[in-house]
Amino acid sequence: MTAALETVALEKRFGGLVATRDLSLRVEKGARHALIGPNGAGKTTAINLLSGVLAPTSGHILLDGVDITALPAHQRVRLGMARSFQINQLFGDLTPVEALGLAISERTGAGADWWRRAGSRPGIVSEIADLVERFHLADVMTERTAILPYGKQRFLEMALAIACRPRVLLLDEPAAGVPESERAELLATIMALPADVTVLLIEHDMDLVFGFADRISVLVNGSLFVEGTPDEVARDDRVRAVYLGEAFDA
Amino acid sequence: MTVAGEVADHLAARTRWRPLEIAFWAAAAATLLLLPERHLILTQAAIFGLFALSLDLILGYAGILSLGHAAFFGLGAYAAGLLAANGIITEPLLALVVSGLAAALLGLMTSVLILRGADLTRLMVTLGVALVLGEIANKLDWLTGGADGLQGVVVGPLLGRFAFDITGHVAYAYSLGVVFVMFLAARRLVNSPFGLSLRAIKGNRQRSSAVGVAADRRLVAIYTVAAGYAGVAGALLTQTTQFASLDALGFERSADALLVLILGGVGYLYGGLIGAVAFTLVKDGLGNLTAQYWQFWIGLALVSIVLGGGRVRRLAARARGWAGRSPLRSGLRGLAGLAKDSKR
Repeated sequence: MTAALETVALEKRFGGLVATRDLSLRVEKGARHALIGPNGAGKTTAINLLSGVLAPTSGHILLDGVDITALPAHQRVRLGMARSFQINQLFGDLTPVEALGLAISERTGAGADWWRRAGSRPGIVSEIADLVERFHLADVMTERTAILPYGKQRFLEMALAIACRPRVLLLDEPAAGVPESERAELLATIMALPADVTVLLIEHDMDLVFGFADRISVLVNGSLFVEGTPDEVARDDRVRAVYLGEAFDA
Repeated sequence: MTVAGEVADHLAARTRWRPLEIAFWAAAAATLLLLPERHLILTQAAIFGLFALSLDLILGYAGILSLGHAAFFGLGAYAAGLLAANGIITEPLLALVVSGLAAALLGLMTSVLILRGADLTRLMVTLGVALVLGEIANKLDWLTGGADGLQGVVVGPLLGRFAFDITGHVAYAYSLGVVFVMFLAARRLVNSPFGLSLRAIKGNRQRSSAVGVAADRRLVAIYTVAAGYAGVAGALLTQTTQFASLDALGFERSADALLVLILGGVGYLYGGLIGAVAFTLVKDGLGNLTAQYWQFWIGLALVSIVLGGGRVRRLAARARGWAGRSPLRSGLRGLAGLAKDSKR
């Protein structure tokens, strides 16, 4: 079976620094796959390569068996791969309703429509309403994004990715910086993602990783170090040595 | 109200006509009858307003800073002049459309230059394009009249019936009508999904790509449209003054448009119109009072407006609800943005 997402000998150099080294990763359809590793292991670089923010120095990226290495970011989205960002990348002047409406318009191919009023296509209003409710944004949905509390912005980060209706979803530390009080809500939302969506998750929060993932890849110094089920990875001595030691001894 | 109802209402709110907007256009229409002796200067104001509005389309909505927008204004001006002077198209409305399309074509061709780079890069590139075009117009004096300007522009009657005369009534009605129609189209455009995607690109280009926006194509499209708008404004100037000169392409024209747009406020379409009308009338008034020193007074006025903005801003905030945005606030934000970029 073709993997939902696959990389073949992916490499990224920034001058002398090798951020991603010979990375061959396979994410199966419908998987809950986590990518973990110590700081500076190249996790975010990997996501940036996958989503098209960065171009690899060499290697290939396959989405459902189709080579997307040379495609710009927006075309990868149209092929069914969306992402969220570790550091909020939102539209400060747009309201959540507008931002979600934008994502939906682009997905349905109406994004270049310049004559129709935004929000007047049938179905779009109910879809936006559904998203703001699922991601706990209903109470702030008509405020400018720039003035929303951080926790709400994190929800909007994910809602925007989901609005693209991806088959493959890349989540870059969705729980980063979320206050304790809103954490449970966020984790529940991640757990409730539709089962047919393949998810690749980068996360530092080990509770979230081990509670969520059915497969874990450990990245060290830009290359794949260990891969396996959560149990295998948790028992692996090398992983404990380089990375998990502290967390597991505690 | 249900969530869906609120969503629909929120999205519809942007396009709803507000009382102040209706008052603005009613006042504009009233000047047709009530201020016949001011029609010549009001024509200038309306044309300048359309030009500033075209700059707002790229700056206020797509975040493209330009100091060379006069390139398109000037091309439209010369196109209209050449069409009329050579008797190719004498009916003004048709010539206006053709001139606008010519400017749009130039916009399309030069849009590739503004796809990359930050504000300062774009500032330089757009400035460069306008300078090059100005020099071409200067050198091609057999065609454009060079520094003497294009002579012999004779514009036929509008729609074959209404002749332009010395009083400028027909010219004003024509200009105001064109500006209004083009405003309506721009208003539709900025409130469409396309307009939304422009605001998203301006806000965060990386994220706009991550939700599937083909940012480059959208920027090319709006730059082309804005160039066409500027070209129509330039053509209007030629047709209503029966003359085209190198001033139409000049740096000062680009700079003035940026100035009035920032004063009037970016990103809500009225900023350019209001700024241009105020600027033209104040300039005219000062010119009558003190023919030699009007630039001193207008400079002083600009500095006081910007520095006194804080107080005025509070007043403006109270009077808000105009189009969702207070002009002075967004204007000042624009200025602050410029200052920030120049430090970067």
